[in-house]
Amino acid sequence: MGLALAGCGTQSTQSTTGDTATTIQNKGSDTIVNLALAWAEQYQTLEPDVRIAVTGGGSGTGIAALINGTVDLANASRRIKAEETEAARANGFEPVEHIIARDAIAVIVHLDNPVDELTLQQVSDIYSGKITNWQEVGGEDRPIVLLSRETNSGTHVYFLEEVIRLGEKDNKTLFSQDTLLLPSSEGIGVEVRQNPNAIGYDGLGYVTPDMKTVAISRESGQPYYPPTAETVNTGQYPIARDLYIYTAGEPQGQVKAYLEWILSPAAQQIVLELGFVPVKTEGETP
Amino acid sequence: MTEARDAQPRRSPLWIEFFIERAIQAAGISAIILVVLIFLFLIKEGTPTFLKIPLTSLLGARWYPIEDYYGLLPLILGSLIITIGAAVVSLPLGLATAIFIAEIAPSWVRDVLKPFVEVLAGIPSVVIGFIGMLVFAPLIRVALDIPTGLTAFTGVLMLAWMALPTVVSVAEDVLDAVPKTYRDAGLALGMTHWQVIWRIVLPAGRSGVLMALMLGVGRAIGETMTVMMVTGNAARIPLGLRDFFMPVRTMTATIAAEMGEVAQGSPHYHVLFAVGLTLFVITFAVNMAAASVVFRQVKRGERMLS
Repeated sequence: MGLALAGCGTQSTQSTTGDTATTIQNKGSDTIVNLALAWAEQYQTLEPDVRIAVTGGGSGTGIAALINGTVDLANASRRIKAEETEAARANGFEPVEHIIARDAIAVIVHLDNPVDELTLQQVSDIYSGKITNWQEVGGEDRPIVLLSRETNSGTHVYFLEEVIRLGEKDNKTLFSQDTLLLPSSEGIGVEVRQNPNAIGYDGLGYVTPDMKTVAISRESGQPYYPPTAETVNTGQYPIARDLYIYTAGEPQGQVKAYLEWILSPAAQQIVLELGFVPVKTEGETP
Repeated sequence: MTEARDAQPRRSPLWIEFFIERAIQAAGISAIILVVLIFLFLIKEGTPTFLKIPLTSLLGARWYPIEDYYGLLPLILGSLIITIGAAVVSLPLGLATAIFIAEIAPSWVRDVLKPFVEVLAGIPSVVIGFIGMLVFAPLIRVALDIPTGLTAFTGVLMLAWMALPTVVSVAEDVLDAVPKTYRDAGLALGMTHWQVIWRIVLPAGRSGVLMALMLGVGRAIGETMTVMMVTGNAARIPLGLRDFFMPVRTMTATIAAEMGEVAQGSPHYHVLFAVGLTLFVITFAVNMAAASVVFRQVKRGERMLS
């Protein structure tokens, strides 16, 4: 599961400015891979001397490659872990974090489902199996069918920690055993579109008009917010995470230029087009 | 030797024969070596499971490896319910089709049906999975009024569909192999066509029909892609009849879904190999059973001839 784009050089890392082109190796999260590809494509038309090779494989894979020195940029949909930072230090560098976009996790239901809004606590109770009928949250008398990504997905882990466990470290609540674990975002989409009993979650970029996103509030009594670029950036929508690129030490040369371009309005426009949420860069209005 | 060469002057030189024989021999032995190597590899990677993880955890009812819950029971039962279900559905259907093709259908119908059954065998499992996910699952949900269509039952139907060509072709070959004299004898005694089929042809080919079933089972238990797409993959223990219409998670789907991102050498990695080992042992047992049935059949055939 790896797509390589214009990767003519295989091993070259930064500063290998030969007489032809610089190749920037970019690897990691599958959530980010499409975004990274779109950036790379655009950037290469602007800077023909730079080649950017993008591969997926997962956040952990990308960070491991950064530690081993085989890539210049590691994409991650989660923060680097303490043991990974230590491994990087043991290899003689400090990993540097760059927030390059934000991703809202939308809670999705069938279009005919009358439920418009849920609190975080309600979503947690639904997914841990405490609430099993839509009636209990103001819907029709229907059983709730829980849909989730597989356990190897970064989104699954994020949802477990931040939604089901409400971000509490000592909370050991688990997904209900009745949760359907589907191998792809498409699997979740298909089921949510045709099954009025279903509830699912996925990155905002995977939400299509033929399903309904639920507005979420942090606690009962507080206002409900739908997932949009605006509510994510103001911090009103509670289920949102940062997406990262890690570099080995402060970026230099072409890599630095590329990272700066990624935070430019033009590149952040691509973020928006792909359904992610742009980061507010300083001096810009969101 | 020399006489033989004189008799066939165009026969290739001896050294070529030697190499051809050796090559064929090597090809035959390599199959055995490969099976043994796979088995050893599974044992090597799978056995650390039993040292690293307490047996009570492995026999638990919950499979959630990222939080160290390694209960294998839901997976094993999930695979069993799907496989047995697929066998129960595909055997009568397959046998009936085989009887129709071999005994009843006029020869032109037979010439049309046989290739179609073989084409059925060639449909990739991912395509069957897609059809199951997009067409059958919604239909089943509405028709049976159950919460979701991604259930064990849907998986059983898809797998039965996939096992059907195997069952049909093997059973048809077996029925075809029943000597014509048996049928003639029956008809001469005044039996009807149906009586000949039911009382003579089927009993004569009984062991071969059993083998067809076993091969179908072997096909069903190892199937991954279709099952992963249509059964919902919820690791819950199926016990009652009701659970047949609820999601299940099979061993194959678990390995396929989780092997990709597991850290090499971690307990989770070894457990997945242990799951593979279990699967290997089950398929091996099924194949051995099928082989012994064939062996018995040969012996019976010899008895009849003597």
